[in-house]
Amino acid sequence: MNLNELTIVQAQEGLKNKAFSSLELTEACVSQIEKRNPEINAYITVTADLARAEAQKADELIASGKQNTLTGIPFSVKDAICTAGVRSTGSAKILDNYIPPYDATVIKNIRDQGAVLLGKNNCDAFGHGASNENSMYGAVKNPHDMSKVAGGSSGGSAAAVADHQCIFSIAEDTGGSIRYPAALCGIVGLRPSYGRNSRFGIMPMASSLDTVGPMAKSVEDIALLMEIMAGPDPKDATGVQNAVPKYTEELKKDIRRLKVGIPKEYFEVDGMDAETKQIVWSKIESLQKEYDLELVNVSLPHTKYSIPVYYIVVPSEDSSNLGRLDGIRYGARAEGEDLYDVYAKTRGKGFPEEVKRRIMIGTYALSAGYYDAYYRKAQKVRTLIIRDFENVFNSVDVLITPTSPTPAFAIGEKINDPLAMYLADIFVGPAAVSGIPGLSIPAGKTKTGLPVGLQILGPRLKEEKVLNLGYWAEKLKL
Amino acid sequence: MKLERKDIEDLAKLARLDLTEEEKNRYAEQLSVIFEYFEMLGEVDTENIPETCQVTGLLDVTRPDIAYQQDTDKLEKLMACFPERQARLLKVKAVFKKQSN
Repeated sequence: MNLNELTIVQAQEGLKNKAFSSLELTEACVSQIEKRNPEINAYITVTADLARAEAQKADELIASGKQNTLTGIPFSVKDAICTAGVRSTGSAKILDNYIPPYDATVIKNIRDQGAVLLGKNNCDAFGHGASNENSMYGAVKNPHDMSKVAGGSSGGSAAAVADHQCIFSIAEDTGGSIRYPAALCGIVGLRPSYGRNSRFGIMPMASSLDTVGPMAKSVEDIALLMEIMAGPDPKDATGVQNAVPKYTEELKKDIRRLKVGIPKEYFEVDGMDAETKQIVWSKIESLQKEYDLELVNVSLPHTKYSIPVYYIVVPSEDSSNLGRLDGIRYGARAEGEDLYDVYAKTRGKGFPEEVKRRIMIGTYALSAGYYDAYYRKAQKVRTLIIRDFENVFNSVDVLITPTSPTPAFAIGEKINDPLAMYLADIFVGPAAVSGIPGLSIPAGKTKTGLPVGLQILGPRLKEEKVLNLGYWAEKLKL
Repeated sequence: MKLERKDIEDLAKLARLDLTEEEKNRYAEQLSVIFEYFEMLGEVDTENIPETCQVTGLLDVTRPDIAYQQDTDKLEKLMACFPERQARLLKVKAVFKKQSN
C-alpha cells in the first residue's frame, strides 16, 4: 500500500512507530497530485513547498515526542474556506487573487493539531452546484470514471480523497455539498448539525443552512476530525454551546436492537436508478442481519417539497450574502465609468453562470410583492419538513436512505437544465433545511464500477448516533 | 410565472449584474421554468404554521461591548487585498458624476 492511501488512524500509527516520516507521507501525496491532478482537476492551488516545510517541522516535533493528534498528516481544504496566506478563490474569478489574512476557525483547529496543508480544492463556485461543473477553474472529474462528474459542490475534496491526493479534506455542506460528492466518489463525508462547527472564515452561501464538515476514508477518521473541529467559537454567534461528545469512543458502542427508520419517500422517487436502490437495500438487509437492527417503515410526507424550499431559501440568502463581493475592498475590480458600472461589470465578469442565476432567483424571490409568495411560504413549509423529522425521531434512533437517486452522471449531461441539476439534491436537501446531521458512506458499486452512497440521518446534535451506525456499517464487507 | 426579458433586465440592475444579451434570454427562459416549479408549494396548507428562520433556537447572542486589540500585521494584510489604494486609504470611483459647466 502506498503511503498516500492510508487513513488518518493508519498514518498516526506509522508516524508514531517511525515506519515513515511526515515528509515521506507528504511527498507521496504531492507526487500523486502531480501525477493525477492535471486530469482530475481536484486542486485549484497546490502548496507543495509549504507542505514540505510543515512536514519537516512535524518530523522534528515527532522526534522530540511533542506531537499533537494530526501532526504531520497532509490534508486539503475546499477553496470556499479561508486559509491564512494561501489563495482562496471560492472557484470564482472575482476572488482570483484573494489571499485571506486569517484561517477559518475549523482550519485553525485542524492546523493547531499539526496537520500539513497540501492545497485548495476545486468546488462549484461558492458552493453553488451538485456536479462541480460550476467552477471557473474547470470541472472536476470522477476518479472512478473520468467521463463522469465528481458531484458537488465539494467535488474537488471528494475526488482528492478518493484518488488519494490527500489523507483527508475539510469542506462545507449547505444543501448536500459534502454528502453528495462523497457518495459519487465512494468516500465518507459528514454534514454536522447546523451550529455544531464554527463557520467563521467560510465563504457564506445560505447563512441559515451552511455547515462545515470533514471528508475522509473512514468513519473513524471522521469522528476523530469532528472532535477537533467542533465546539463554540466567539466569532460565530450561530454556534451552539453544547459540550462536544467523545465521538471516537461513542463510535464503537454496541448497536444491537438499534431502531432504524426506512423512509418510504426516499425509495420511491421519480428517476430513481434501480441498481442504486438494490445496492442500498442489500446493504440495509445485511446490516439488519449482522447487527439484529430493528427496521421500522416510516414516512416523511413533505420530502418532495424540500427542493422548492431549498431553491427559494438558498438563492435568497445567497443573493444577500454575495452582495459583499463588489470589487471594492478585495478581489478583482473591473474598470467602469462610474461606481454602478464598476459593481455591475465586476460581478458580471467575476461570477459564473450559476452564481448569477441564483442571485437573480434570490433577488426576485425577495422583491416587494413576491416575498410572501416565495420566501415566506418556503420558510413555513420548511417548518413542516422539520416537524416530519421530529416526529420520526420520536420512534426511531436514526434513518437510512440512499444519498443520491443515481450514481455519477456524465459531465455536460445536466449543465443546460438547471432544474434537473437541482433535483439531484432530493435526498440530501431535507436534512439541510432541517439542520440535522447526515453521514454518507460507500454502500457498494454498480456493475460499471461507479460508487453508490448510503446516507444515515440522525436527530439534531446527535452526530454520535449516525457515526456509531456508520462505523459498524463500514465494518461489513461491501 | 412567466418572466420577460424586461423583468430580467430590472432584476439584473437591482442585483448589480452586467449581463450579456444571450444571458438575458437564457435567464428569462430558465427562471420562468424554475419559478413555475416553485408553484408546487401552493399545494401545502401552511395556515397557522410559523416560519423557520433559524434552527438553533439561540436568542440574543451578544458579546461584551469592549474594544479588542487588533493585530497590526493582519491589518496590513487586509489592506494588501485592496484593489486600489493610496497610502493607507482604499481608492474607489466617485459616487456622483461631476456636473459639467
